[in-house]
Amino acid sequence: MSFIDTIVQGVLLGGLYALFAAGLSLVFGIMRLVNLAHGDLIVLAAFLILLLTSALGLNPFLAALIAAPLMFLTGWGLQYFVLNRTLGKDVLPPLLVTFGISIVLQNGLLEAFSADSRRVSIGALESASIGVGSLNIGLMPLMTFLSALAVIFGLNQLIYRTALGRAFRATSDDIVTAGLMGIRPQRVFAMATGLAMVVVTIAALYLGTRANFDPTSGPSRLIYAFEAVIIGGLGSLWGTLAGGVILGVAQTLGAAVNPEWQILAGHLAFLTVLVIKPRGLFPRAVD
Amino acid sequence: MSLLELERVSKRFGALTVADEISFSVGEGEALGIIGPNGAGKSTLFNLITGNIAADSGTVRFGGVDVTRTPPMARCLSGMGRTFQIPQPFEKLTVFENLLVAGSFGTRRREAEACDRCAEILVDTGLFEKANVLAGGLTLLQRKRLELARALATEPRLLLLDEIAGGLTEAECHQLVATISAIQQKGVAVIWIEHVLHALTSVVERLLVLNFGKVIGIGKPDELMASRAVQEIYLGIEL
Repeated sequence: MSFIDTIVQGVLLGGLYALFAAGLSLVFGIMRLVNLAHGDLIVLAAFLILLLTSALGLNPFLAALIAAPLMFLTGWGLQYFVLNRTLGKDVLPPLLVTFGISIVLQNGLLEAFSADSRRVSIGALESASIGVGSLNIGLMPLMTFLSALAVIFGLNQLIYRTALGRAFRATSDDIVTAGLMGIRPQRVFAMATGLAMVVVTIAALYLGTRANFDPTSGPSRLIYAFEAVIIGGLGSLWGTLAGGVILGVAQTLGAAVNPEWQILAGHLAFLTVLVIKPRGLFPRAVD
Repeated sequence: MSLLELERVSKRFGALTVADEISFSVGEGEALGIIGPNGAGKSTLFNLITGNIAADSGTVRFGGVDVTRTPPMARCLSGMGRTFQIPQPFEKLTVFENLLVAGSFGTRRREAEACDRCAEILVDTGLFEKANVLAGGLTLLQRKRLELARALATEPRLLLLDEIAGGLTEAECHQLVATISAIQQKGVAVIWIEHVLHALTSVVERLLVLNFGKVIGIGKPDELMASRAVQEIYLGIEL
């Protein structure tokens, strides 16, 4: 039974990784921008939620609801005023600039919140669980996974069913022609990054309530996000969820064998997928 | 008043003059054909009209407004629709979505309003059955039709067609001519670059002949084709 329990924990953890990765996947899919500051933005959102809960005494879920529009504006502005200027044929400028932003965010957070590791408290919910047969499933991990499902379902609906989604896809397809059709690519990109930051806020809520975080937690979240995106195949959001789940299951299985092997097992699973299917498990049909 | 008016528009790429003091005008609902040998500057002329290339000198007026320095998107919104010589659909969108994007963003209408109109255009351009197919999977004829359909979805007052009949069979060409005639009869002005001369002359009232970026002649098709200068340059006949 403990084996099944481990798998279930892994799948639920995968939900968190999928949440880390969904924003990254969205931004990459639309504008081919690799945001190296993605992990640090998750940590920034986590500190924002922490600030709202500790200073105003808000419930973390309510705090996330307030943080989300703020993060949207942050993402919108970051894309519109900074990152849009780095986009072009050369892939290096966006990498350098987002790397720089990553350093600025880490040090800014260090200055503001010190190096102590923090946690967002959610009271009784923290240890609440529901029993399914002989399994005990934590309520928060379950909510994390269900949120990941909802986020990815929602993003897919947005991308395939709305005018904004069509603008996303049209711009991703051919930015020059999109401009001729009356789309403003700069604004479309800003919307996409803003949206990614809303997803980041949701990820931050579960990151902050699940485990401790500190100003330098970003880069490792970025790596998990990257691995989930690449295992799943670039550009496919459901693939990203699958990638997150594979990563989560591999990590919990590794940890079950030896607690020190958790991270290693995740990386090994990632490398195995790269060897067997270099384009990921569910690559987009074209390009 | 003319819908589109070019006044001494010039463009140079280094030593190469691609547009040399081009002046002409097109009235509301009028159809003008543009012919000329390869490299004469026909597509460049379109780029100057739509704003994809900025003119070095001269003035472009659209609907009485000077648009010489107006970006392409704003010209699209003010009623210029265009097709490309090499079709450039959004390949990962369906045919209908291609139209919806053009019909909503290209007109600043809400998508729900654009929907019915886009469906009508699909019928008019013979693409209705392909509505839910990804544009990347279309044949050449269908891609050309989609170019036309997408330009129409932006509700143009002026439609710029760039070699839309090239590579089509006689029957296909015939259909296309009928479609374009119908569009023009609804009051849309058309400027049409085409090598398939009989297709062109069955729609347009006037022809403009271009060579080395210069306007060689402009006038009624039969008169123009009979002129010695045009025969020499365009048909390559040494007289």
